Amino acid sequence: MKTTAAVCDVPKTRETKKENLPQDKSALEHVTRELCYVKDETGKYTTDLSTGWDVKKDALDNAWSDIKERVEEARQAVQNGKKSPVYYFMELKLMDVFVLSKYTGFWKMTVKRHMKPAVFQSLSEAKLSIYAKAFEITVLELKDFKG
Amino acid sequence: MEKEFKHVQTAHCENGVATSLLQYHGLDYISEPLIFGLGSGLFYLHIPFLTISNGPAISYRTAPGWIFSRACKSLGIAVTRKRFKDERSAEEYLDQKIAEGIPVACQVGVFHLPYFPAEYRFHFNAHNLIVFGKEGDNYVISDPVMETSTLLTKEELTKVRFARGPLAPKGHVYYPVVPGKIDNALLKKGIIKGIKITTRDMLHIPGSFAGVSGIKYTSRQIRKWREKLGPRKAGLYLGQIVRMQEEIGTGGGGFRFLYAAFLEQAGTMLKQDQLLTVSEDFTRAGDLWRSSAIQMARIYKGRLDEQKDYETSADMLLEIADVEMQAFKKLSKIKLS
Repeated sequence: MKTTAAVCDVPKTRETKKENLPQDKSALEHVTRELCYVKDETGKYTTDLSTGWDVKKDALDNAWSDIKERVEEARQAVQNGKKSPVYYFMELKLMDVFVLSKYTGFWKMTVKRHMKPAVFQSLSEAKLSIYAKAFEITVLELKDFKG
Repeated sequence: MEKEFKHVQTAHCENGVATSLLQYHGLDYISEPLIFGLGSGLFYLHIPFLTISNGPAISYRTAPGWIFSRACKSLGIAVTRKRFKDERSAEEYLDQKIAEGIPVACQVGVFHLPYFPAEYRFHFNAHNLIVFGKEGDNYVISDPVMETSTLLTKEELTKVRFARGPLAPKGHVYYPVVPGKIDNALLKKGIIKGIKITTRDMLHIPGSFAGVSGIKYTSRQIRKWREKLGPRKAGLYLGQIVRMQEEIGTGGGGFRFLYAAFLEQAGTMLKQDQLLTVSEDFTRAGDLWRSSAIQMARIYKGRLDEQKDYETSADMLLEIADVEMQAFKKLSKIKLS
């Protein structure tokens, strides 16, 4: 094991005391507070409610800005004629090919084919409506999406 | 025998459904930490070469469903489980159970769960909640991570019960069949067995991706991330670790505080003071996990961005691995009866 000398300037251990439980703003505001395990004055475990912690809010925010970037890239790919709307809505609905194949009943290989604009153009109304249902949109919204 | 179901808020959903269903069936001494310990909930796993939501596949707990099964098994309680091919029969079965006055747990996906904030709705299908009544066309739901009980329409409930993708619930319904009074000796035996399984899994599971050695594996990976993935993606990877570790559902510190609380209760129940000392060790482990999260946050917030900052994170994980290894070794040497 490495020496702990290098670890000296890093954040000090937080004590698990009730009054130290973070109460920061988070996306859970107005929805719920979360239960956490903390210690009371006598050093015994108890529970308390937390509104959130900035450290994890930032992690979640980062994950979302990454998702938004991916969706934007997907939108551009549709606009440039590189991908079909199936690809864009898959990204928008946070799915991957596996999840989408499970929601539609198509094989993964088939879903990938349907992401090609030319193949997408030739899809039957029935198949389009299967995708529309999976994405919770109308067939028209799917068909007419130009990026 | 008409009993009233009481909503119980817990840190973790599976602990929560087990706690409130067993309390409902008369086991009023059952608490969340006890379920977590009986079910050997604590774990560490880093699955190599697999990414989930474009980040590392890391878990601080055992596989979904195991806590409930193990906890019930060790108390001699049978669990009835049912999965369904079609939505109609899943709805009918649920309605029948509610008509019989039996609260049941359902496995659901959170992507379509309307009362969750949008920010938390990913395609995660191993969430658990209890259905315990009907008000008009709505089902009365006790979701253990929520402060109060909530309502879902039939369509909403069916949708989340039939979420698709990894760990698809397929309408999964389950509930414990409690044979009557559980005697104290069985509970004590269960606690000891639970501790043994967790100790075995954390110290001796083969391979270098699980248990204490899994933490060291993550540490080694972190040292490579900045170079291999670039600072932006490496930061997102660290963020994913922190979310798995600290987000709602963990009780904080990657479930370590919850386990410390369990050992504290176990120490009292078994009249074994040494368990209280080990409980302190896990509190320390939880604190160290939290410190490590703060260090990682400095990186993904962009305040720190050098290889040495990743090295610091990696070193902190090594320290945690050491603390947990010592704690489990201590635990394995305590004579429990």
